[in-house]
Amino acid sequence: MSQRRRQRTKGANGWLLSTPALILLVFAASGPLLIVAIYSVLEKGDYSGVRWILSGDGWFRVLFERDIFDQTVSLADANLSIFWRSVKLSVATTLITFALGLPTAWFIATRPAKVRAFWLFLITIPFWTNLLIRTFAIMEVVRNEGILNTALMNIGLISEPIQIMYTDTAVLIGMAYVYLPLMVLPLYAAIDRFDFRLIEAGYDLYASRWQVLRSVILPIIKPGIIAGSILVFIPSLGAYVTPRLLGGGKNMMIGNFIELQFGQGQNWPLGAALSTVLLLIVLVSLVVYTRVSSRDNPHG
Amino acid sequence: MAKQRAFDVTTLPGFTFIAILSFVLLYAPIATLVIYSFNGGNSVNQWGGFSLQWYVVAFNNEAVQDAAARSLIIAVWASVISTVLATMAALGTTRRGKFKGQTVIYIILNQPLMVPEIVTAVALLIFFSSVKVVTGYTGLGYLILAHSAFCIPFAYLPIKARLEGMDTAMETAAADLYATPWQTFRYVTLPLLLPGVIAGAMLAFIISLDNVIITEFVKSAGQDTLPTYMLGQLRRALTPEVNAISTALLALTVLILIVFVFVTKKRE
Repeated sequence: MSQRRRQRTKGANGWLLSTPALILLVFAASGPLLIVAIYSVLEKGDYSGVRWILSGDGWFRVLFERDIFDQTVSLADANLSIFWRSVKLSVATTLITFALGLPTAWFIATRPAKVRAFWLFLITIPFWTNLLIRTFAIMEVVRNEGILNTALMNIGLISEPIQIMYTDTAVLIGMAYVYLPLMVLPLYAAIDRFDFRLIEAGYDLYASRWQVLRSVILPIIKPGIIAGSILVFIPSLGAYVTPRLLGGGKNMMIGNFIELQFGQGQNWPLGAALSTVLLLIVLVSLVVYTRVSSRDNPHG
Repeated sequence: MAKQRAFDVTTLPGFTFIAILSFVLLYAPIATLVIYSFNGGNSVNQWGGFSLQWYVVAFNNEAVQDAAARSLIIAVWASVISTVLATMAALGTTRRGKFKGQTVIYIILNQPLMVPEIVTAVALLIFFSSVKVVTGYTGLGYLILAHSAFCIPFAYLPIKARLEGMDTAMETAAADLYATPWQTFRYVTLPLLLPGVIAGAMLAFIISLDNVIITEFVKSAGQDTLPTYMLGQLRRALTPEVNAISTALLALTVLILIVFVFVTKKRE
């Protein structure tokens, strides 16, 4: 009896317990992604939606446009500039958050054990705080009448507000601000496991501070660096709320461009194709990440 | 390492300065937002004396009341559903060594963490809009389903972590004493697992409460939640009312996090 029971809890079919979760996720998360892929190869409907006719137009329009009058095909410059902005801002966000995040994670990991949890908690609060609230907070800083401009004008550094709002800079500041905790946490996890005697060994061998950082610390915490970069890069690339509020209508990123196709643009196949592109980029980054981290970290 | 030395190997030049700067940069905007929620004037950046008037305004705003109630209903349902499913999934996938299909199951369970939210949002828009046409149902069910789904990994991870730290000896002992599988679960596994379950439920609750993008795309007309209501407001002329709502949400998040830390700490 007990033998059989143990078999049941540990047996091969134990994973069946996860089926309800899997069903819900396939129904309301993974499955619909497949529908997006299908919609990307259908013909655009008259107002919104699609007609069930195979068409490559959605994918064609990701990169190209056709002249209304003479049907000549040219590269869609507007789209390309949106892709370029998304990649550029996401890379810049990743770099900025790393430059700020590494010292921050280092600082937390080297605090005495008693207060470390407190500093970590200070990073956790913004991490779990509503993205919208954090974007709103940063809006209040960079607006023309915001704190930054008011402060600069009060001390007489500038006489007129600097226009930051509705520029790429505003989007960059906003994304670096909202995604910084995503960089700090994995870096902290990596540094926390770091054996600080290795640094001592480095100094004993006459390494400079820079050499210790470059040749000892960075290679060892590399999995944390990659994890943090992926965690920042992916949501940056797919960002929607932050560019919408800080960039305005003219400084769209891919996320906003996708939304436009399902809203005013009313070109669902194009929107679906763009979503598929975004999804593929994410998949490729994740595969690269798994490859790199399993190669660097054979012991798990 | 323990002894204090003049030359501390853990210190790197400039690191402490940048770290403190990061904390200041992270908190200054939030602090300003909170301070201006108590503004007596009607500007989000010109101080007109201390007052709670914007909390009163927000509290008496019917749209805010509706949105807040809707947010809570969805978050409660989503955290309950996702936590139950995630607990089952954790029991099914943890402490059993490698098994066939493990990777696929992990990918599906954690998928909402990987796929950009805008893509899921668009996918659900397409899918649910055709379901709406077929069934004619336009209630909160769609939002609850969508939220429950993307909350699963957030509930799953702390439960799994807790489970992995648990010894199977207790359950084996219970089984040896002729406890049925259900009794073993109810009186041995579940009480031990409870801190993980509570932690998972709380994370799921926060994630549901904070969601903007998927909600914005899935909601039917007149189904604003607090975040989508705020998103609409942020594009108009701002009053400190938004600050008041934000501060209230922020306070709720911090409160839940403090309880979370308390619950997960008890394991030692």
